[in-house]
Amino acid sequence: MHVLLIFITAMSLPFLTKKPLDIPPIVSVELIQIAEKTNIPYAPKAKKTIEKAKKKEKKLVSEQAPPKKVKKNKTKTVVSTEKNKKIENEKPKAVPLPEKTVKKIETKEENKQNPDKVDTKVKQVSEFEKKELVDTNTLQGLIDKAKEQESAEIVKKNNQVTQDQVRNIENTGLTLSEEDALKAQIFGCWSIPLGLPYNENLLVRIKLELKPDGSITKTEILDHARMNKPGQGFYKVLAESALRAVKLCQPLRVPSTGYERWKELQLNFDAREMLEG
Amino acid sequence: MTKKFFLIILILFPLNAFALIEVDITRGNLDPLPLAVSPLSIDEKSRLSLEEILLKENIGSEISVVVENNLKTSGLFNPLDKNAFLQAPDIAHLKPRFEDWSLIKAQALITGKVNYVEDKLRVEFRLWDVLAAKELMALAFTTVPTNWRRVGHIISDKIYERLTGEKGYFDTRIIYVAEEGPKTQRIKKLAIMDQDGFNNKFLTLGNELVLTPRFNPTSQMITYLSYFKNMPRVYLLDIETGTQEVVGDFPGMTFAPRFSPDGKKIIMSFANDGKSDIYTMDLENRLVERITNHPSIDTSPSYSPDGKFITFNSDRSGYQQIYIMRSDGSDVKRISFGNGIYGTPVWSPRGDLIAFTKMHKGKFYIGVMRIDGSGERLLTENYYQEAPSWSPNGRVLIFYRETKTDSSGKGFSAKLWSIDLTGYNERLITTLTDASDPSWSSLLSN
Repeated sequence: MHVLLIFITAMSLPFLTKKPLDIPPIVSVELIQIAEKTNIPYAPKAKKTIEKAKKKEKKLVSEQAPPKKVKKNKTKTVVSTEKNKKIENEKPKAVPLPEKTVKKIETKEENKQNPDKVDTKVKQVSEFEKKELVDTNTLQGLIDKAKEQESAEIVKKNNQVTQDQVRNIENTGLTLSEEDALKAQIFGCWSIPLGLPYNENLLVRIKLELKPDGSITKTEILDHARMNKPGQGFYKVLAESALRAVKLCQPLRVPSTGYERWKELQLNFDAREMLEG
Repeated sequence: MTKKFFLIILILFPLNAFALIEVDITRGNLDPLPLAVSPLSIDEKSRLSLEEILLKENIGSEISVVVENNLKTSGLFNPLDKNAFLQAPDIAHLKPRFEDWSLIKAQALITGKVNYVEDKLRVEFRLWDVLAAKELMALAFTTVPTNWRRVGHIISDKIYERLTGEKGYFDTRIIYVAEEGPKTQRIKKLAIMDQDGFNNKFLTLGNELVLTPRFNPTSQMITYLSYFKNMPRVYLLDIETGTQEVVGDFPGMTFAPRFSPDGKKIIMSFANDGKSDIYTMDLENRLVERITNHPSIDTSPSYSPDGKFITFNSDRSGYQQIYIMRSDGSDVKRISFGNGIYGTPVWSPRGDLIAFTKMHKGKFYIGVMRIDGSGERLLTENYYQEAPSWSPNGRVLIFYRETKTDSSGKGFSAKLWSIDLTGYNERLITTLTDASDPSWSSLLSN
């Protein structure tokens, strides 16, 4: 029994740790197709659904992410150049969706045997629904944006993702260029307090909750307890400067897609490099 | 069995699930923080009463100017132009419209109110974080009206401390040697002033030459060098009472005095028979103790803030260099090894650095190094400058600089300058006369 257990764990451990390594290449191919629109945590699920519904390629497209929908619309609207028409095209497409969600929520309760599939669907559709409710006004903007990206995406589709990019996506969830854009923006907003001691730990970690447009709904200092410790007065000053920087930078330059990936972000402000150098 | 298997999966699975995206921010700008110092509001009745006493039309504005100048000279803040302010001072003090202040790019806002109550000046001020739209600090002071400049300095210190995390240095005074007359016949007097150059007072008449004045830790006493029976001797002066006395009864000349961090001892050099050694004298029992004993010239001693070590300069290696030793004179260690001659070492009040004057190839430098001699940084270079003295927070150095005279002996001047540790923020301190040998007091409001 124990031997078996050990054997299974021994076998499953490398398997589990290895699994994500195996998967991303496959998924990343998908990622290329849909560019930055999928998010990694869904990847294993997506893989399953890919296998199951391999025949239904269209369905896969709808599973990937709401932005895809926009893309779909966009391809249709490309023909008609008038802006009003786009919105008209948009609405009929979006309207049936809430009905679907109702159906699917109902089926969720019935079909408990296949929770994975239902879960993703419900999530995605409800997300879309949210988008539909909130974003009717911005849809046009999204379409325009997507239009601009279209040509670039087509090029991307044909190209392989470099290893660097893949690694970066795995580790941070942001591509190098996305991360650089965000960093460059915050570098400009952060006024480092100059009176800090040189030989102390000058790292402040801040967790952000973001809206899709990059504005901030919540900020949280992760080492909050340190602020009130005696002799750590400088830390409070540093933390406040970091919060000021984030607020000053609002809305943050976040990627235009993949909101699920970065709706929560952690920024590590470290002043040592600047003060020592 | 299956339970255990699931447990293992449960434990391991979250590792592969959602990881919070982290972005490292390792750079920022070192520009001074833009802030707005709104003039302190004052009601008409108080304004008229205070105008009569202080002969200042609007004391609220005057105090805010003191605060603004202090913050500006620190180099860490950039006070914004008052003409750009959109909100009136009295309303801003009650509840600032943060949008108005962020519109002019202010990140912090200082508002306040002045009252004249029962022959006293009452000043309250608030510091606001404009971007977070919250109050950071609110304080009130009551004092005699003539103390209004000091109130401005204390407010500046509080703001500085709240925004930088270290103590300020504005409510302090500087003692220096005021110089007048031609170079060959200089009249030198002891003088004292606020750190911003105001409230200047002369402490001696100028009959005798005075040099190297230094404050004690409470800033009430001064030790300095003057001449007694044509012999340079170390003196003590009580600022409040004006009483002077010669320190110790040495057979030769004593010079380069400085107080110990507890204020109980004076450390100085005593020269005899062509060599000079370092001595201390206990001010209570007048006991004299010899610290160094070497056939070289040991001088310019300065204690570490904890009183356990002493830094000094000595020519025992052939050239004048900086050394440190324990306060009993043991464990002497040379710490300066660069090219040139090093002198006037002064231990920072923070304890981490030693400031010095360096002479190399005909140039004079003011610099700092760590207490083990590493990390030497030269902050400023000039034709002639020396005698650095630390601000009480260990962030700024004050020193004096002389200009070159032309062939006819004209054009000579000596002025006080300050420079911060970055080396970028160098400022001239305005004095009534020429000035040399400055020494910074500790914070008076502590």
